[in-house]
Amino acid sequence: MIGIVIKKEFRQIFRNPNILRMMMVMPIIQLIIIPFAADYEIKNIDLAIVNQDNSSYSQRLVQKLVAGNYFQLVEAGTDYRTAQESIEKGHADLIITIPHDFEKNIIKENKATISISADAVNGVKAGLGNLYANQIIGQFNAEIREELLVMPRHNEIVNIQTFSQNRYNPHNDYHLFMVPGILALLVTMVGALISTLNIVSEKEKGTIEQINVTPLKKYQFIIGKLTPFWILGMISITIGFIISYLVFGIVSLGGYLSIYLYSGLYLLAVLGIGLLLSTFVDTQQQATLFSFFLMMNFVLLSGLYTTVESMPGWARFLSDLLPPSHFIKVIRSIFIKGSSVVDILPEFGIMAIFAVVLNGLAVLNYRKRA
Amino acid sequence: MSKEAIIKTNDLTKSFGAFTAVDKITFEVMPGEIFGFLGANGAGKTTAMKMLSGLLIPTSGKASVVGFDVFKQSEMIKKNIGYMSQKFSLYDDLTVEENIAFFGGIYGLRGDVLEHAQAELLQRLQLMDQSKKLVASLPLGWKQKLSFSVAMIHKPRLVFLDEPTGGVDPITRRQFWEMIYEAAENGVTIFVTTHYMDEAEYCSRVSIMVDGKIAAMDTPRALKDRFGAKNMDEVFYTLARGAKRGE
Repeated sequence: MIGIVIKKEFRQIFRNPNILRMMMVMPIIQLIIIPFAADYEIKNIDLAIVNQDNSSYSQRLVQKLVAGNYFQLVEAGTDYRTAQESIEKGHADLIITIPHDFEKNIIKENKATISISADAVNGVKAGLGNLYANQIIGQFNAEIREELLVMPRHNEIVNIQTFSQNRYNPHNDYHLFMVPGILALLVTMVGALISTLNIVSEKEKGTIEQINVTPLKKYQFIIGKLTPFWILGMISITIGFIISYLVFGIVSLGGYLSIYLYSGLYLLAVLGIGLLLSTFVDTQQQATLFSFFLMMNFVLLSGLYTTVESMPGWARFLSDLLPPSHFIKVIRSIFIKGSSVVDILPEFGIMAIFAVVLNGLAVLNYRKRA
Repeated sequence: MSKEAIIKTNDLTKSFGAFTAVDKITFEVMPGEIFGFLGANGAGKTTAMKMLSGLLIPTSGKASVVGFDVFKQSEMIKKNIGYMSQKFSLYDDLTVEENIAFFGGIYGLRGDVLEHAQAELLQRLQLMDQSKKLVASLPLGWKQKLSFSVAMIHKPRLVFLDEPTGGVDPITRRQFWEMIYEAAENGVTIFVTTHYMDEAEYCSRVSIMVDGKIAAMDTPRALKDRFGAKNMDEVFYTLARGAKRGE
């Protein structure tokens, strides 16, 4: 019985080029484009320098700031007000002011101040610009300190340097971080949206009523409906892995078996969301709007673009209630850290609960309507 | 067997909250009858039909269909009846053949039996050369005939037709009724709702629902005599005029 439904679903899916396009082409395009756009690293910050000192030290600092590809010098002058204006006009993001007596103070008083003002309208850019500038100034500081060390009266200065190491993702490669996350969202889209649309379209056309008067059991219909989408979901994950490898050279550090086991379980949970949604709505339009709302929350609360740990407690709680948050976390830890099935066993348990609860609710709600 | 009623209801009622859609209807349909189930929109026809075909659980009363209880044995009822709804209910994006195979399969037809049933159906409808075409490409009249035949692919003893001829031209309607007659001659009981009063004349017996109750039930001839009407149209107007429920 279930086989008959599955056969029918596959026939319809393969006859509808739009579904296939959505399931296959969309992941390919999104995986190739989004990771490049969703890059946390900010380069080309527009810098205005107000150099009021015009000494050899201040010249060296300016050169150092401009040398890397973090900053782009858009203005150099001596007047702070001109620099301020160019921030207001949006030409510059950051102003670094080197005061008068900069060199003199370093040599004589052993300390100097530099002011950094950032346009905080784009907070991320301002924060990172500040950070980069601090780092470069720190390096500059260390350099001149070494030079001044020859003078004995300076050698009591303690030099503190920070040393940071990014474990598991040593070069802080954002693609390695983003790609598994984007993969997770794609699978969610395929599982939740397309399966909902499919079931709701049967409601709209009235064919579901015809199915309801046949001896086909509810569970047979549901399993028959969801199985093809489960298979398609697994295929689109596979396509995703292939693209991650071909385009970004990303290979999972952990075993693919654990990834597939976990993804299979996750797809069950997501299909449960789709099924549940389809019992609430009557038209494809409602289904689309509703899943758009869901996807927004998934994207923003799941830790894909935002950091779950820095959210307030209630938001972290909400995030924990969303299956994609767990999926993204687990896929990242398998991909980047190489976690094994044993390491993520508790996560398997959590996802299994999601799958059972969501599908259970969907089936209960489905029965009532019949 | 033929003496036993195929549908038997006693005070069958369905309420949705405070609204009583079907109010204590009691009637019997005998095997081989073409039973016309009439009523204005909102009179409760579709609700009554859904209860009888196992789609809705009644609120109270009793009913048995093809020998099974509507409360407890709806799955057995579903196996033994055919149903064609108001909305066209085949899959547009499947071919004629695939639709037959799917619905036949759901009703438990397999292998040779299914193939035989399919060949016979295509032959009867003269759709042999169209069998590989998508249902979407067929004219509405053909779709409805095909839909009716598919609803009977498992050779049920009773078929429910919910406004089967809505939206088709008079010639196709006539042809459709010829198919209904043919099925009835082969011993299939037909339970049909319609808004066309000329179709009511074709029925062996007719019931007219007004505001959830059965206002009259008899052969078309007897009804016309009782209300002194020329045709079923007048009978319907006389009865339905007093209805309190609108659309």
